[in-house]
Amino acid sequence: MARKSHVQTTINGEAVEFLCEPRQSLLEVLRDELYLTGAKEGCNNGNCGACSVIFDGRLVNSCLVLGVETDGKSVETIEGLADPDKLHPIQDAFLENAALQCGICTPGFIMSAKALLDQNPNPTEHEVRYWLAGNLCRCTGYDKIVRAVLDAAAAT
Amino acid sequence: MQAFEYIAAKTVSEAVALLDEKGDQARILAGGTDLIVQAREGKRTLDWMIDIKSIPEVNVLDYDAETGLTLGASVPCHQIYAVDAICEAYPGLVDATKIIGGTAIQGRAAVGGNLCNASPAADCIPPLIVLNATCVIAGPNGEREIPVEDFCTAPGQTVLGKSEILVSIKIPTPLQNSSSYYLRFIPRNEMDIAVVGAGAAVVLDEAKQRIVSARIALAAVAPTPLFAEEASELLAGKEISDATIDEAAQAAQAIARPISDMRGTAEQRTHLVGVLTRRALNGAIQRVRDAA
Amino acid sequence: MSEKKEYKVIGTRPIRHDGVDKVTGRAIYGADFQITGLLHGRVLRSPHAHARIVSIDTSRAEAHPGVKGVVTAQDLPTAEDKMADLGEGAVNLKYLCDNILASDKALYKGHAIAAVAATDPHIAEEACELIDVEYELLPPVLEVRAAMEPDAPIIHENIRTSSLGETGDKPSNVASHLQHKKGDIEKGFEEADVVIEREFVTGTVHQGYIEPHNATALYNPDGQLTVWCSTQGAFTVREQLAEILQYPISKIKVVPLEIGGGFGGKINVYIKPVAALLARKTGKPVKVLMNRADVFEGTGPTPASYITVKMGATKDGKITAAQTSMAFEAGAYPGSPVGAGAMCIFAPYNTENVLIDGYDVVVNKPKTAPYRAPGATNAAFGSETVIDELAEELNIDPLEMRLMNGAKEGDHRADGPVFPRIGFIETLEAAKEHPHYTSPNGKKYHGRGIASGFWFNIGLESSVTINVNPDGTVNLVEGSTDIGGTRASIAMQAAEVLGIPAESVNPTVVDTNSIGYTAVTGGSRTTYATGYAAYEAAQDVVKQMIGRAAKLWDVDEANVQFTDGEFSSINGKEEQISFRDLSARLGETGGPVVGRATMNPAGAGGAFATHVVDVAVDEETGKVEILRYTATQDAGKAIHPSYVEGQIQGGVVQGIGWALNEEYIYNDEGEMTNASFLDYRMPTCLDLPMIDAVIVEVPNPGHPYGVRGVGEVPIVPPPAAIANAIYDAVGIRMTELPMSPDRLLKAMGKI
Repeated sequence: MARKSHVQTTINGEAVEFLCEPRQSLLEVLRDELYLTGAKEGCNNGNCGACSVIFDGRLVNSCLVLGVETDGKSVETIEGLADPDKLHPIQDAFLENAALQCGICTPGFIMSAKALLDQNPNPTEHEVRYWLAGNLCRCTGYDKIVRAVLDAAAAT
Repeated sequence: MQAFEYIAAKTVSEAVALLDEKGDQARILAGGTDLIVQAREGKRTLDWMIDIKSIPEVNVLDYDAETGLTLGASVPCHQIYAVDAICEAYPGLVDATKIIGGTAIQGRAAVGGNLCNASPAADCIPPLIVLNATCVIAGPNGEREIPVEDFCTAPGQTVLGKSEILVSIKIPTPLQNSSSYYLRFIPRNEMDIAVVGAGAAVVLDEAKQRIVSARIALAAVAPTPLFAEEASELLAGKEISDATIDEAAQAAQAIARPISDMRGTAEQRTHLVGVLTRRALNGAIQRVRDAA
Repeated sequence: MSEKKEYKVIGTRPIRHDGVDKVTGRAIYGADFQITGLLHGRVLRSPHAHARIVSIDTSRAEAHPGVKGVVTAQDLPTAEDKMADLGEGAVNLKYLCDNILASDKALYKGHAIAAVAATDPHIAEEACELIDVEYELLPPVLEVRAAMEPDAPIIHENIRTSSLGETGDKPSNVASHLQHKKGDIEKGFEEADVVIEREFVTGTVHQGYIEPHNATALYNPDGQLTVWCSTQGAFTVREQLAEILQYPISKIKVVPLEIGGGFGGKINVYIKPVAALLARKTGKPVKVLMNRADVFEGTGPTPASYITVKMGATKDGKITAAQTSMAFEAGAYPGSPVGAGAMCIFAPYNTENVLIDGYDVVVNKPKTAPYRAPGATNAAFGSETVIDELAEELNIDPLEMRLMNGAKEGDHRADGPVFPRIGFIETLEAAKEHPHYTSPNGKKYHGRGIASGFWFNIGLESSVTINVNPDGTVNLVEGSTDIGGTRASIAMQAAEVLGIPAESVNPTVVDTNSIGYTAVTGGSRTTYATGYAAYEAAQDVVKQMIGRAAKLWDVDEANVQFTDGEFSSINGKEEQISFRDLSARLGETGGPVVGRATMNPAGAGGAFATHVVDVAVDEETGKVEILRYTATQDAGKAIHPSYVEGQIQGGVVQGIGWALNEEYIYNDEGEMTNASFLDYRMPTCLDLPMIDAVIVEVPNPGHPYGVRGVGEVPIVPPPAAIANAIYDAVGIRMTELPMSPDRLLKAMGKI
């Protein structure tokens, strides 16, 4: 076992420090060390998007980032999206559109959609589908997810 | 995952020294989208990851109409297609950066990493080859430059020596009436590895009716991405016609030595080389013609 | 059930009760579970498809720092060769146990051999590599037809073919042969003017749920075993654990956490007993997680199959005979869904003469598990393609051909059951009138196809209790794990009875100690059967509350009525009290009110669907693009239409994946070469258009609101519909799934 590193980072706007081995991914650190279990492991190799988080302003698969790489950087996760008394418009749109069934992919889709709308507030259906292609959903057939993202764009 | 140590190098010389010191089980970490998966799945053994993303030279993204593009080895895909001038000058490279993985992968994956990973199916390599890109390599004995088409030597293998790193990729300024195009065949519309990839760059005459010169490169049909030299050369000076394009496509097919695997069969790949070479050439020609 | 009923809650689209937890990342799925002192488990899997296990030496793994325990099949109680009843049907206990940890032979690559518990998951993984297993390699059998050959390598020496009541006299890979007969098949073909016979092959496909299997187990010193996990059925897990571990059911508590998809694949247990063994060995709680490759290689996919279909029809389109032989791969142990496929294949059509033969065949692949209408999709690919060809041959519109022969109330299936009121014809009519079907279709390399499908649906046991709160809300307690919004669809049925809004019902899914037996969330049964139980439990609440009102007003119970959420007295006194106000007065009228119901309803009612699809074929690459998709389906009564649409859309897209790209690809050694989401190629949103889900409502007489299960049948028609569309586009009949670009190129003669 390699020695653990001390990492200081910012998660959802708050300073956070933790110890981790170099081999622990950001996803493992979030889930196992910080108990932020909103990001999910679906494939652990960047092919499902269930672990999507925003890392220094960019959408990434947290399974493909090492925990140690976050030192001095910032991470946004699903847990930081809603205000204490109000959901984020994308979260509302997912609920209104019934855009989830089992819900395991939902945090990843919402973070991915947020990264899209942050840089393209009025995407076309094709742009939404292209952007979300890295997020797999096996329950919904994507129809209601795409509609939810388009609705969220229209609402903001 | 296997245990390893991590260190972030601050300079090129530090990275080279670390490689030298840590031995052949040390690996360079850029975007990590291949390396972390390979380490996790036991496909590469390593005991050190040397993160180069804090080194200024590998983060350079500099385009100048006079000198061309300098692309640092760790610059992720999304930064490349965010620059309009690069999209205009090197559309074939941009085609590749937009189809590697999904959006989240493109947030991390670097063109330089795609090159060093040396997959036969690497999407960025054919466009780099057709754009006459060169690799700037640093090592204990200083820097050297080699053409991208000579960089990969076998699946997962490159010309990089034990203590060498790829610092950047240089692409010359595109000529007048030229353009480039890359496409691949995959069964889905995204998130797959190329069954076959084809890149083309063309320079046309003023009337945009005749090919002055062309370069064609292929992915996933040989142990390394291939420069299709004969196919490229036979186009030089030819009038653009379906027959000419077909002739080049056939010449490209002739050098393909594909295998059958879970992503496609050898016969399918050979067939697709023809289809994709035609589409890549026509795509590049159309871009020249569409340009004002 | 024919009159149109007015509902206040049913048919509306409230926000699901668990929605906020799921969009904020707070919902706790199996892998999210934490408990103090937790160890992490990892399973060592066979690298070989077929091998005798000569020896296993765990000593190096046990000595690895951080390792707390290692288990192998030796740690399982000795399994007898006996049948265990697990609610979903009897299972051979030896096979069940051997699939958890192989005892004498590894029967597929990915077969669990041993497991390690350690202080961290990476250490457990390292320790697995330190387990020394000596294998004696055996030739693998990887395909159903090869496995049926007389000289095929035998996978189980003790299997003798059980065929129509007879047992074979020598070892065979054919575990069983079933048959359904109706009428006189020879006479049927004689009456036909056109007879078409074709062969079909379908690949092995996986459910592809995004959440890998997981389990955390803890033994207390008093012998209580608790298992937290994702599952489609906590009670089924309890039964399987009791049998596999030979442990008293009363000492096992299964806590179902949120589940990230199942589609039938999270009914069988895999790592749950392993977690329990490790927990017992270490005295600590142990969490075992699968990775994605484990899921592909170590859990049940749905079978590959080889199917022949022969059908005959008269000149005017009447189908006179339908015959099939269906051979399904069971995987490593007997038990493919060939029986279900046999029940479904010709069910949509009222055909006088039918002969169905089914074969359950073992091969060196993971033991198959249910997948959304198991068996029916394989079957419909064959039958719905042949019907399309018959219609073409007879120059009849394929939709009209189906209308002419479609099954109705009173018709009976070849396997026996007589249809109650069903809505197949209505799905066909809805498709026929849909603007998709009436829109032009004629561009070069574009094509349109249709296909229909049937799934029988099931009832089974469900229990619900309803606790009335003083503020007029109720807490609904259920045992059905919620995979796709069933908290809402169950709660809404109770709300309708109680005359309160859906939001006033708080549904909770609880553990096996806290509710009566409830069968799996599967078989399209949950909204139907658990919803029915919620309806009855709510009726029980109403009955008790009528008693309380009667007491309050000092009248006879018969003189109290309940309508629209109001209790009122009839025959004399002018008294009225709302459900909400009466809820506040339970203490003074006799104490809390708890409604309860347990059910095992028999009238599940079958589900039918008809799909229309437009495709474009790239004739140079063989790639098929889905341009437009419309699915009509009889839902009986849609409780929450959004989630019914969602079931239809999700099923369609799984069917599209099955049709076009998904399959297990094996090399000659029996190793799956595409055990990742990268290479298994499930559809992404960029591969699809919007999916138009059209709900048809022909109430099911077997449910108070007319509900039919909706979850499964939408996966049945897509492969056949797409095959028919490809034919329309390029004139090639595809008979092998998936219809991947290389196969289509080959079929078109391009390679």
